[in-house]
This record gives sequence, structure tokens and C-alpha cells, in this order.
Amino acid sequence: MKQAKYDLVIKGGRVIDPALGFGKETSIFVKDGKIIGVEKESKKTQKEMASLPSESVIDASDKIVTPGLIDMHVHLREPGFEDKETITTGCRAAAAGGFTSVCCMPNTFPTIDNQEVVRFIQSRAEKADARVFVVGAITKRLKGEELAEIGELVKSGAVAISDDGNYVQNPEIMRRAFEYVRMFNIPIISHAEDSYLCADGIMNESYEATRLGIKGRPNVGEVIAVLRDIKLCQFTGSRLHIAHVSTAGAVEAIRQAKREGIRVTAEAAPHHFCLTDDLIGLDFDTNLRVNPPIRAKKDVEAVIEGLVDGTIDCIATDHAPHSEEEKDVEFDMAPPGMIGLETALGLVKTRLIDKGYLSWADAIRKMTINPARILNLPGGTLEKGTDADITIIDPEKKWTVRKEKFRSKSKNSPFIGWKLTGRVEYTIVNGKVVYQA
Amino acid sequence: MKLSSRHLLGLEGMSAEEITLILDTAESFREIIERPIKKVPTLRGVTVLNLFYEPSTRTRISFELAEKRLSADSINFSKSTSSVTKGESLKDTVKNIEALKIDMIVVRHASTGVPYFLTQCTASNIINAGDGRHEHPTQALLDMMTIRRKYGHLNGLRVVLVGDVKHSRVVRSNIWGLKAMGASVALCGPSTLLPYESERFGVDLYSNLDEAIDGADVVNIMRIQLERQQAGLFPSMREYTNLFGVTAERMKLLNKNHTIMHPGPMNRGVEITSEVADGESSVILEQVTNGQAIRMAVLYLLSGKKGEEA
Repeated sequence: MKQAKYDLVIKGGRVIDPALGFGKETSIFVKDGKIIGVEKESKKTQKEMASLPSESVIDASDKIVTPGLIDMHVHLREPGFEDKETITTGCRAAAAGGFTSVCCMPNTFPTIDNQEVVRFIQSRAEKADARVFVVGAITKRLKGEELAEIGELVKSGAVAISDDGNYVQNPEIMRRAFEYVRMFNIPIISHAEDSYLCADGIMNESYEATRLGIKGRPNVGEVIAVLRDIKLCQFTGSRLHIAHVSTAGAVEAIRQAKREGIRVTAEAAPHHFCLTDDLIGLDFDTNLRVNPPIRAKKDVEAVIEGLVDGTIDCIATDHAPHSEEEKDVEFDMAPPGMIGLETALGLVKTRLIDKGYLSWADAIRKMTINPARILNLPGGTLEKGTDADITIIDPEKKWTVRKEKFRSKSKNSPFIGWKLTGRVEYTIVNGKVVYQA
Repeated sequence: MKLSSRHLLGLEGMSAEEITLILDTAESFREIIERPIKKVPTLRGVTVLNLFYEPSTRTRISFELAEKRLSADSINFSKSTSSVTKGESLKDTVKNIEALKIDMIVVRHASTGVPYFLTQCTASNIINAGDGRHEHPTQALLDMMTIRRKYGHLNGLRVVLVGDVKHSRVVRSNIWGLKAMGASVALCGPSTLLPYESERFGVDLYSNLDEAIDGADVVNIMRIQLERQQAGLFPSMREYTNLFGVTAERMKLLNKNHTIMHPGPMNRGVEITSEVADGESSVILEQVTNGQAIRMAVLYLLSGKKGEEA
């Protein structure tokens, strides 16, 4: 029997690939998990397509077709906290959010500070719905005291190092980390919150915190931490990536550092450009408790400005699942963090694209090729010959965020009930449909 | 007139009319507690849970006595002897007690928002007896009652709240209540104890006590805790006393017919001298008595019993 020329054809969508610099209506042809063509259908290809089984042809008319989205900042919780999320459920959520690759942070138990844990995650991820890349720890057990075995982490596949969740408070340790990673051409991802200034803080330090009498995390705690790491990065000639930027001061510091040619990049999470801290006093929703905290309006506006002018390179979710039981408590006793994989694209469309801040191409760039380049990941583009990781989006689909629809094991989202525009229709990893709306 | 909510979570947003209703109702209960037999059958059949997750002497006793004098049945919960020590969540603890058929919950908790949280997981009427550093509405109401009893009104008075503004739930409730009633409010304390953007409360801010109390009618003094000094928020108790201690000498700056208040417990010789605390213009013990009347009024108004057996 004659073998089909294509395994999958995505027909007639508006293809947006910022890496290739085009956004036009065309078709994508996939064979053996690879993209073998991005081109208009010829009469010949139409004839060949006619012989394909119906499930091998996706009609993407009126849809946007992009490289598979990449989320460079998620928490998959496995090993150690499988009650909140597992690699399987986290990747299922990723696929439902249009993400074909995710990078998981090291604050698991045991911590990802040695190659065995990296390998364990990789083995668990083999059959998952998304590709999983591992971020190793900067320091052993994220304690900020001794460097982790960074070389072995990189050798086994870690794409960056971070003590995410903790700031490496000791500048000497951080200096050594910057110097050490130069050997491996990976960035350090900094969770920039000064541990003294932000200690025990529950929400943003602001009038809202004053009104509610809740201990605050001052925005200067982030700014100081960012500035120190920028200076250490500059001093050591290394690479720095600032995670979840949330303050106007941090945006300005990163903007200035980029002007000076310092190798710093940054990401922002949807909750930091969609939510303001005055929401907390309405009903003390513990899903609004997150670190860094939801900030005041002027910070939110600065983060959006940073996304618009390119100071902030990426949109990453900081997907942080917590079980319902853990969140169904007093506000200050709830663990910080919210899930984000399944709402990110809708929030980007509704809050950034529809409001005229970003074009589709800008947004897709921040969710595909930019994170790929920062972390040297495969993908992020639809270039011929690359792995067929593809996301198909219905840009005008209106939908409501529903708790029962989440594929993540945890449901801790303050966006439940929000009406969004823009939904993922298909997610394709390695040429296989892993999610269909 | 009725209160607009079946709960008392705080004074923020409460109208002057509602505050006046509570204060007026408290006056009639104040008369009852002056009688030889200080008990009325008003809340007979109503069960109140006193849910105190934080140590408290005066507020807990004041509520308990208010409940008893209204003939309510009350049960007392204390965190240290409860299933909380076995890891039970607040929600489960309350739902279990509520299954024993209670009607009202008086709650004191170290976390802001807990009274609101309880309205979401129980059917009982909730009374906030202090949540975190957020609000302590009955304390502010008793403060206002005490001031009103002395001057006959609150409108136009200048009230200065002195001390640890940052960590005080009493201050926040006082601000909302006093402003709603037309008083002007000033806050005074070390700048490390005046919280971020507190000028947005719509009050005057001072870190100089003499300037703050100059021409004021009422000084309400907040307690200073040793742990604030240990946390480095001011250098020493001695320095605090020198800068912010209310002394007889400083009282000369106040209006002639002035009032000294303190929600207690007092650190004599730190934020207030004994001479001032026990002086003629001090209404500190009067506050305690009024507190019981206020709590009786709040229990009564929220119980829905108005007009039945009052």
C-alpha cells in the first residue's frame, strides 16, 4: 500500500510565526512529526490531501495557527506534591492552554538539585501531552547556601537554573552562580524578592494592605533584588532572566539594563497584568494570594508598558497549583500561587490584544520564539524541518472560565467566571493532536 | 430602622444612620446594666458561639456578659483546647459547631477577613470581635458612644489616635466610624508605625505628638507592644515614651474640655502616665462599661429580635 505523503495537514489558517516573520493565510504539512512544508496548497497537494483520512486534515479557516506555545515558568509539583499536580495532569492542562512545551521549576520534593530528579521528571514526561524541560536549582535544596551540581543538572538536560520561590539573598553565592553558569551558556532565572523586605508579607504593600491591615510585600523589595542581580550579571558577564516581573521599578531597571547592553531578559505572568490588589478586599479570595503579589494599578500599567516596548520578553504563567483544601482557609494561611496554563491565552487576547497593547504577532512572539531563544529550546517556530508543535486558536471564540473544565489537578484560579475571548482549538505536539476543544 | 446587613464585619462603609441606630440602642441597654437586676429576656432561645482564636480578656468577657444579660445561651471556644490543635481547619471547626444549631458567632482571629470567610461557610450571623490588624468594630462603637455621651455629639470634634497605628485594628474601625459621624481624625505615631499611604484614609498624619494634640478634643491612645521594638520599628521604649507618651504636661495642649481614652490593656508609664490614665479627663473605665452596652445592642440588632421582646 502506498504510504500517505502527509500525516497531518492544517488547511488554510492564518499562520503567525514571528520567528519566520510572516503572518499570512497558508497551510502546514506534517510528516513523521516534522513540519515538511508551510505553503499554499497546489492542485497536486489538494489531490494528495483528498486521499487522506478526515482526521488528518484540520480546517483552520478563520483560525490562527502558531508555533506551539512555550511556557517557561510552571510548577508541575511532581515529585513530592502529587496531590496538587502531576507531570501528567500538568501537561494535560498545558495542552488545553495551547502550550506544547513547559519548563518546570525546581521547588519539588526532593528538589531538582541533582541529575536523578531531572531524569525522573524526564521519564515521567515521556508520555505526557506536552514537552517538559527542567529548570534546575541554583543552590542545594533551594537554601541559598551552597551551589547545586549545576554541571550535572545541565548535562542531564536542565535548561536554566533558578531557586524559584526563594531569592538567593547572599550576594556572594549569587555571584558564584553567575560565574559558574557561564560555562554552560544558560541563564539564571531570578525570583527577585528581597527576603528581608518581603518577609512574612501577604499582599502588595499599598493603601489596600493598609486599609485591610495585612502585612505587605513592598514593591521596592522586588526592585532592589532585580537591581542587585542586574549588577552581578553585568559584573560577571553572565546571563540573567527575571521571573514574574510585577513592579514599575523592576520594569524600569530591566529597561535601563537592556539599554546598557547587559544580558538580561524578563517575563511577566498574566495575573500581573490583569489583576490589581484592590480585588483582595472584596472577598478575600485566597486564589489572589501569590508571590510576587498582585500589585497596584500603576505597577500593572508599567508591566503592560514593559510588554509593549519589549522590555519584558516573555509571557509565562507561573502556573502554581494548590489543592482546594489548602486554599479553603484564612487568607494569610493559604499558600501563595494560582494556576495559569489554561487561562493564559484567553487573558492575553482579552486584556492585551483586544485592548490594543499587543498585536497577535507580538503576543505570539512572547509565547513562542522568545522563551525558546532565552532557554535554547527547540521549537518556537514553524520552520520546515522542525518538530511539528503547533497551536490552533479561534481568535474570536467567547468562553467563560469554568472550574469544572480545568484539566489541571488543582482549580486555584481567581479567573473562574471570567468571560474571555480567544480560545485554543487544537494543540499538536510532534505531529499528534494532544488537545482538541 | 434596621441595620442593612445581618452581620457586623466592620465599620468601613457603614452609614451615620446605622451607627447612630447602634449607639442609640446601646443607650437603652446602658440603662439596663445600671439596674439592680441586669438581665432581660430579649435573646432567649438564641445561641451564640464565642469563637476566640486569639487571646482576649476584656472583649471576650464583655461579649459573654452581654449575651448572658440578654438571656442568650453562649458557648465559648478556645483554640488551645480545641480540635484545631489536631489540625482541623477553621471551616470544619465552625461547621461542626454550627451543626449543634447555633445562631450567632462572635469571632476574634489573627487573620484579616476571617469574619467575611465565615459568612461564606456558615448561616449564622457573624460579629467581628477583631480580625488581624483590620477592624474591631465594637471597640470603635464603644469609643464613639463614650465620646458622644460626654459631648452629646461627634460631629466637628477633633480626635487624635496616638500610637501603633500600623498594627491596630482599633484605629482602622475608629477612622471609618468617626469620619462617618463627622469628626475629624488625626493619626500620630512614629513614622515606622504609620502604614504605607495612610494619608489616603483622609486623615491628618503626625509624628510629633505636641503638634497632633494641639487643640484636640479627644486623644485615644493605642498600646505599644514590646515586640514592635524588638522588630526594630523604634529604638527603645524609653525613646518612645519621650516622644509619644501622653503626660499631664502635654495634656495642657488639648482643648480645656478634653477626653483621654485607651482601649486597653495599658502599659502605664509607656504610652500613658498613671496621672493621665487615672485623671479627671480619663474615660477609660467608662469605655469598658459602654462596651457591654454596645455589644448588647449589636447582638440584639443582628439577632432579628427587634420589636419582639425588647
